[in-house]
Amino acid sequence: MGELRLMKGNEVLAEAAIRCGCDGYFGYPITPQSEVMETLMERQPWNETGMVVLQAESEVAAINMVYGAAGTGKKVMTSSSSPGVSLMLEGISYIAGAELPCLIVNVQRGGPGLGTIQPSQADYFQAVKGGGHGDYKLIVLAPSSVQEMNDFVDLAFELAFKYRNPAMILTDGALGQMMEKVELSDYKKRWTENEIAEKWGSWATTGKPSSRNRNIITSLELDSCKMEMNNRRFQEKYRQMEVEEQRYEMFSCDDAEYILIAFGTSARVCQKATEIARNKGIAVGLLRPITLFPFPAKIIGELAPKVKGFLTVEMNAGQMVEDVKQAVYEAGCTRRVEFYGRMGGIIPSPGEVVEAIERNFL
Amino acid sequence: MMEIKDILKPENLVYGKSKVLTDTIMHYCPGCTHGVIHKILAELIEEMGIQEKAVGVAPVGCAVFAYNYIDVDWQEAAHGRAPALATGIVRLNPDKFVFTYQGDGDLASIGAGEIIHACNRGENILVIFINNGIYGMTGGQMAPTTLENMVTSTTPFGRDVEMNGYPLKMTDLVAQLPGTSYVTRQSAQTPAAVRKCKRALKKGIQNVLDKKGTSFIEVVSTCNSGWKMTPVQANKWMEDHMFPYYPLGDMKDCEKEKPVEKN
Amino acid sequence: MAKIKGAVVVDNEVCKGCGLCVEACPEEVLALNREMNSRGYHYSYMENPDACIGCSNCGVVCPDACITVYRVKI
Repeated sequence: MGELRLMKGNEVLAEAAIRCGCDGYFGYPITPQSEVMETLMERQPWNETGMVVLQAESEVAAINMVYGAAGTGKKVMTSSSSPGVSLMLEGISYIAGAELPCLIVNVQRGGPGLGTIQPSQADYFQAVKGGGHGDYKLIVLAPSSVQEMNDFVDLAFELAFKYRNPAMILTDGALGQMMEKVELSDYKKRWTENEIAEKWGSWATTGKPSSRNRNIITSLELDSCKMEMNNRRFQEKYRQMEVEEQRYEMFSCDDAEYILIAFGTSARVCQKATEIARNKGIAVGLLRPITLFPFPAKIIGELAPKVKGFLTVEMNAGQMVEDVKQAVYEAGCTRRVEFYGRMGGIIPSPGEVVEAIERNFL
Repeated sequence: MMEIKDILKPENLVYGKSKVLTDTIMHYCPGCTHGVIHKILAELIEEMGIQEKAVGVAPVGCAVFAYNYIDVDWQEAAHGRAPALATGIVRLNPDKFVFTYQGDGDLASIGAGEIIHACNRGENILVIFINNGIYGMTGGQMAPTTLENMVTSTTPFGRDVEMNGYPLKMTDLVAQLPGTSYVTRQSAQTPAAVRKCKRALKKGIQNVLDKKGTSFIEVVSTCNSGWKMTPVQANKWMEDHMFPYYPLGDMKDCEKEKPVEKN
Repeated sequence: MAKIKGAVVVDNEVCKGCGLCVEACPEEVLALNREMNSRGYHYSYMENPDACIGCSNCGVVCPDACITVYRVKI
């Protein structure tokens, strides 16, 4: 059993980064995620594990510091909230194009524009469809508890390095600010220079020894035939992720006639809604996607023939619902897929969700 | 009378291409200053024995392919972001020799924020700033450094400072920042200037190896294609027009300021 | 007094005929060839080889690193 603490989600992100052997964090203050960098600065991990923490002059600079550091084979991350992540998209596209592993955390708030500082899930499309320019994908993990805020930091790095691809933890202001019991992970040692050279020497820019050719980190290829080949390679990688990494959790789905699909904070609401509906005699289950890319389309396809309908519950105007419709369609089914959501920083209540089930299906 | 073939012997070699410069033919226009600076940088990396610890950051602009020519590890930055990449690299790898190589559009326009803050933090990096007063790669548009009344493809009647502001002296700006240690403006149009510029670059590299803070070396350069001149004419034009506004010489040579001791 | 004698080798295929070496040569040794290389450039060559003193100025200013310089004392 690891160390038990009562902590805020944002604080746990910082603690988990230190404990998983993260080498560097570069960030810029923005509500509701500022506690990530504040916690790191308070903890002074450079004295403990050697992890570097730096407050950048902007989100644009922060993501490019991540780009540079990630290019040397180190475990690096940044965190921000929606408007800040919009600023980072240029850098994220370059990182994806240069095939570098790193972690970006988006503690979402309501948009568009400056929006609100309350929780939202309106950056779903931005996170899972690319966001920046070009055909690229991030590995997107959606925690729904403070415990998962801890667990997914290490998991995100593991997947990022496995696929040489940036990973994102897509969470929101509610989970960032919420205090819950968490079992912290044990400390992992940071990789040494030699370990990095051994693991990633074929691509990391750590200085060119005479024993190898120079490594070049770039997303540029002016020859369009070669650039298409690069894109083919990226797409193959994304397809491989879809085969191997679809993650989800199910509650009461075995005998369910109607299935709620929700991630993160709205999945917590839906868990309660499932209970209320069951007490009312409606056979409702919950499917909670953990990876938003790759989207758990396979299980949705398997569930589709067995149920009467799906209701996605999101804190946006209806984004993930499109991926659910696609998954049902691809499974050759015609089940109804409905949507209920709130916007602008409002979290739906379990009662509203049950009403939406009744309104749509009964 | 000695025959040429008798002179061309290895023991008589006095000047040749550095081994750190690759055999790839540079894509630059004939007479471009980039080639000269690449060459002396490669020579210094070889002479100072730092190929194994060098990591370069290439810009967006004509020098975007710098990584094809100098045989060290490289990263290719987004436009203007090279100092942020270099910060990330050097903070996590403090014993590497990290340098950025940027043009005036990259450094003085879109990347003005990143360079000011990197210099202000005193990142232990070498910044090579090629200033030819124009965007070369995209076809000769106005840069922040374009001289007053200078004709470019976006100032076809000359740069109007009422409309476009004044040519930006980045080097003067960063010399004011406590994080910089060596700030100088050089050129590379004559043998003497190239040799002097090489000495300045050497000093900048040595400062980074000695962890003295940011060394910033501007090279006032030509873009003969963009300026629509021959290479020889462009050098003359640079001496007559660029040098009066961008005077050559060292602006600062010290260690970066030490923090005030905490009580 | 020892006499100094130099010689220059230009990599014809790499040379872009920019003429900076011609301008930098103090002894008017170099000139641009009337012939072109395969890329269409009038490459630099020793028009007056006897005048070369091996000072390396041409090599130093060459942006394409295509000049090698040799020098002997006679």
